[in-house]
Amino acid sequence: MSTQTASSIFAKAPAPGLADPVHDAQSVFRSAMNALAQPGTVQQLDNLTLSPPAPLSVAATALVLTLCDYDTPLWLDPALATNETVKNYIRFHTAAPFVESPAEAAFALVSDVKLLPAIASFAAGNAEYPDRSTTIVLMVDELTEDDGITLKGPGIKTEKQFSIAPAPAMFWQQMQDNSTLYPLGIDIIFAGTNQVVGLPRSTKITGLEA
Amino acid sequence: MTERVETQGISDEHYNFAYLDEQTKRMIRRAILKGIAVPGYQVPFAAREMPMPYGWGTGGIQVTAAVIGKHDCLKMIDQGSDDTTNAVALRNFFVETTGVDTTTKTKDASIIQTRHRIPEETLTKDQVLVYQVPIPEPLRFLEPRETETRKMHALEEYGLMHVKLYEDIAKFGHIATAYAYPVMVQDRYVMDPSPTPKFDNPKMDQMEALQLFGAGREKRIYAIPPHTKVVSLDFEDHPFEVTKFDQPCAICGAEEVYLDEVILDDDGNRMFVCSDSDFCEERREAGHVGHLGTNPLEAEGND
Ligand SMILES: [Zn+2]
Repeated sequence: MSTQTASSIFAKAPAPGLADPVHDAQSVFRSAMNALAQPGTVQQLDNLTLSPPAPLSVAATALVLTLCDYDTPLWLDPALATNETVKNYIRFHTAAPFVESPAEAAFALVSDVKLLPAIASFAAGNAEYPDRSTTIVLMVDELTEDDGITLKGPGIKTEKQFSIAPAPAMFWQQMQDNSTLYPLGIDIIFAGTNQVVGLPRSTKITGLEA
Repeated sequence: MTERVETQGISDEHYNFAYLDEQTKRMIRRAILKGIAVPGYQVPFAAREMPMPYGWGTGGIQVTAAVIGKHDCLKMIDQGSDDTTNAVALRNFFVETTGVDTTTKTKDASIIQTRHRIPEETLTKDQVLVYQVPIPEPLRFLEPRETETRKMHALEEYGLMHVKLYEDIAKFGHIATAYAYPVMVQDRYVMDPSPTPKFDNPKMDQMEALQLFGAGREKRIYAIPPHTKVVSLDFEDHPFEVTKFDQPCAICGAEEVYLDEVILDDDGNRMFVCSDSDFCEERREAGHVGHLGTNPLEAEGND
């Protein structure tokens, strides 16, 4: 302790979290709620003053800071799990315990869709408690409405076109398989730069061949 | 009438915004997200003690507290009215702890917390309807054990529920259940719509607004996202029938709305008026008149 100067401690301190923890978290939650209630519709986040360590985006970080705490085992993709700055930041602001196994995760934070393990490796819940499942916060470069695969189900009036970029070959196939597990399955909240889109397990996915 | 709250600022000194601490809000928010992902499924949550008794709707309050933000406009209704003791007390609770705008006008509200009714006015996608639920488990009166009802939901074993409804038909010639009439959500979960009259059940189907349900004592949250299929349970030979009233509202003339019986005097004179007081008021302001003309209660200065 005595050998450290104040400035060296500050130099190591994690970057700040949500500027207004109460109201920022509320508004981020509302966007996440609307995202899952209206699958495939882009929800713009309010302007947040947040400078998370690379490679985390503002949207993904805001979701994790809003939803995670010591009660939510968190799985990080291999790039994040080996990034001490990222881990310190998340640990400091959420106290969420990191887990090695995707099956133990209440939340998963994935910085690049290419680093997403098999979706079936995450927790899908069980027949009596389908809520004991993983919610994946998945960072993507682009979220586009009215183009791409077709979504149907609760929260969607008729149907909704939606695409992400990048989108690896097997991703939509896996999400289609996930929806066949209903009411079990994982839910995804896609995080763009400053937008979020929800894809709950209840959404049926077609149009993959397009 | 949107009233601006004068107690703003006081809240910050005494309570966290919306009373609940942030950890509790996060836990409730996570349960809400699961509920939305699995419509009609009852998500367990660790309900908190609230500064009012369970019968007052602590589940609905906790859901509203986890959702509400400083830019929201809140409407609080009980039995269709904004003016009952319960509605006033809960509205004041949020006024004191959040400082948000409140309204009695359905169309001006971004969040509507309700007990016993769904507003007559069609809700929109920018609104959230929060129900106070006393008994969330529709199978509870058939099977008291939670472990068993969970199994029944898991296996979609809803035969007993149909048996109960069919017993009604055998006894009364029709399904007698008039409140908390069970619904099937998105072809998967049987759900209790809370003690709303079955008259309101069809409004839940394909509603544009998000519907959230909170049960404080039983610690359950469930949800119906917008545009979700909600079907009242029935039988081919005894289809679900909405309560019909044989007269329109006595003071605004509205038909096909839910009516309350109001006693007018000691001689037993009575009238039937809209249970949704805001809906009735809007109609009268727009010039609609019922067969009793003006509201006899207001004419007598009983307002
Ligand atoms: Zn009326």
